[in-house]
Amino acid sequence: MRSSQRPRAGWGLKAGAVAVVLFLHVPLAFIVLYAFSSDAKTFSFPPPGLTTRWFGIAFARQDIRDALGLSLEVAAVSTLVAMVLGTLAAAAVWRSRFFGREAISLLLILPIALPGIITGISLRSALGLLDMPFSFWTIVIGHATFCVVVVYNNVLARFRRSSFAQIEASMDLGANGWQTLRYVILPSIATALLAGGMLAFALSFDEVIVTTFTAGQQSTLPIWMLTELVRPRQRPVTNVVAVFVITVTFLPILAAFYLSRDTHEVAGSGK
Amino acid sequence: MSSAAQGALGALPAPGPLQRLSNALYLHPRLLLLLLLTPPLLWLGVIYLGSLFSLLLQSFFYIDEFSGVVVREFSLATYHQLFTLANFDIILRTSAMAAVVSVAAAALAFPLAYYMVRYASTRMKALLYLGVMLPLWSSYLVRVYSWKLILAKEGILTWLAEQLHLTWLLDAVLALPVIGGPSLSTSDIGTFLVFLYVWLPFMILPVVAALERVPRSLIEASADLGAHPGETFRKVIWPLALPGVVAGSIFTFSLTLGDYIIPGIVGSSHPVIGQAVYAHQGTAGNVPLAAALTIVPIAIMAVYLSVAKRLGAFDAL
Repeated sequence: MRSSQRPRAGWGLKAGAVAVVLFLHVPLAFIVLYAFSSDAKTFSFPPPGLTTRWFGIAFARQDIRDALGLSLEVAAVSTLVAMVLGTLAAAAVWRSRFFGREAISLLLILPIALPGIITGISLRSALGLLDMPFSFWTIVIGHATFCVVVVYNNVLARFRRSSFAQIEASMDLGANGWQTLRYVILPSIATALLAGGMLAFALSFDEVIVTTFTAGQQSTLPIWMLTELVRPRQRPVTNVVAVFVITVTFLPILAAFYLSRDTHEVAGSGK
Repeated sequence: MSSAAQGALGALPAPGPLQRLSNALYLHPRLLLLLLLTPPLLWLGVIYLGSLFSLLLQSFFYIDEFSGVVVREFSLATYHQLFTLANFDIILRTSAMAAVVSVAAAALAFPLAYYMVRYASTRMKALLYLGVMLPLWSSYLVRVYSWKLILAKEGILTWLAEQLHLTWLLDAVLALPVIGGPSLSTSDIGTFLVFLYVWLPFMILPVVAALERVPRSLIEASADLGAHPGETFRKVIWPLALPGVVAGSIFTFSLTLGDYIIPGIVGSSHPVIGQAVYAHQGTAGNVPLAAALTIVPIAIMAVYLSVAKRLGAFDAL
């Protein structure tokens, strides 16, 4: 152990850390590479040639456009539901002590802590018992259920850092509850709410396991991809969609990270 | 805010209905609490817990062997079926995979986490943090897919082995009994690699959190008292970081136990619990057996969590 101000890592440790980071990121680079491969039949490496024509073909496909549209709609509605429910739950847990307070956190985390297949098959068996047909809304029900917790975590972390005295001051100065909510509470949780919402959106946009149980005949983009992975029909098109999905999910995550970077609780550490 | 406050001050003499309502809520925090809690509790309590309960209920139904129709009567027959050799084998293999993935993830997470906490500059640390977070939140399916490209018979790994004249090694690994297979993407080794890749960030984050809580002074004291770095690691750092490793393993273990997509895309023909559940509830129409099979990972996780709690893993989450 060295005694200098900031100790320097040994070569072994450094190499290990670099290797792990590479392990996490290099595989995604291959997808980008293969999206430009001119080889349509196999995954041969190195690619025989490079081309951009698959992008045009992929974006012209109606089934992909439909799946993308459905995914965006489901993610938007689920995020909205999760933002409302998550904020309400966070506000309730923040200041009050009540019977079963600990159980609420557990209840909210459960849908994401239990393997997706359990959430999925439970919802399906409940839909079966109730004779409910699959629809857009059955997908949303599943997604909103596991999205609540990310909004809840982010908003609660922000609540815990803000002072209740602000709210008391606002009320003392004569603002009513609505005004306090509009001008004091919402501005102070806005970025946390936004970060939570973005993570919820990314989570829903990408979800596949629960969706396979609640979607029926419709296919979201991940479901479309799953069918392609199990029974590949046109590999280059799948590669292009994969690149597209990487881009679409990276942006909200980077934004959420940026929004919550100055807080101690970093968005997403609780996925 | 100040203009709003002044506006409200002007209205002080005669409180409007909104004002009176907000006053009432402010003065009766229990009422406010009830209003806040009802929507989320209704959603999760009724929809989610209700569904879980209906699943539990169905696991006590059984399927009539002749007609193939689900009989809605209480019975333990379905649970009895879990102990047939085939089902028991599935449970055992899946648990073994989950355990191996967890251990490997801990081994990979530790060096990176240790570097992040002890040596990285603030800027570097934030960058590494993002580097762990991005894969965690990016598309699960896409990440699985990337390994299909890598592990394919004509893919990069085979090419690399050829370039390095190590094809014999790859063939030797694939020839191993049980875990080997015709190619990496159709063997259990492939499944293991994908699981490890996909769940690794879940291990890194809690280990980082746990290591951050190891006081620097303890490490210095250990060194001052003459301990070799290896000894300091074994006797000071590792015991203090253990709760974080256990917390991470909760995720890696549970996620591996319940996954059915990855082994379907990359892996051998032996099913895991998740695939068996999916097959039973779908094509076979045996929802009770599927339900009973999902109770298995829940039960394993319940035991796991109670042990983890004793080891202090929940404080590290």
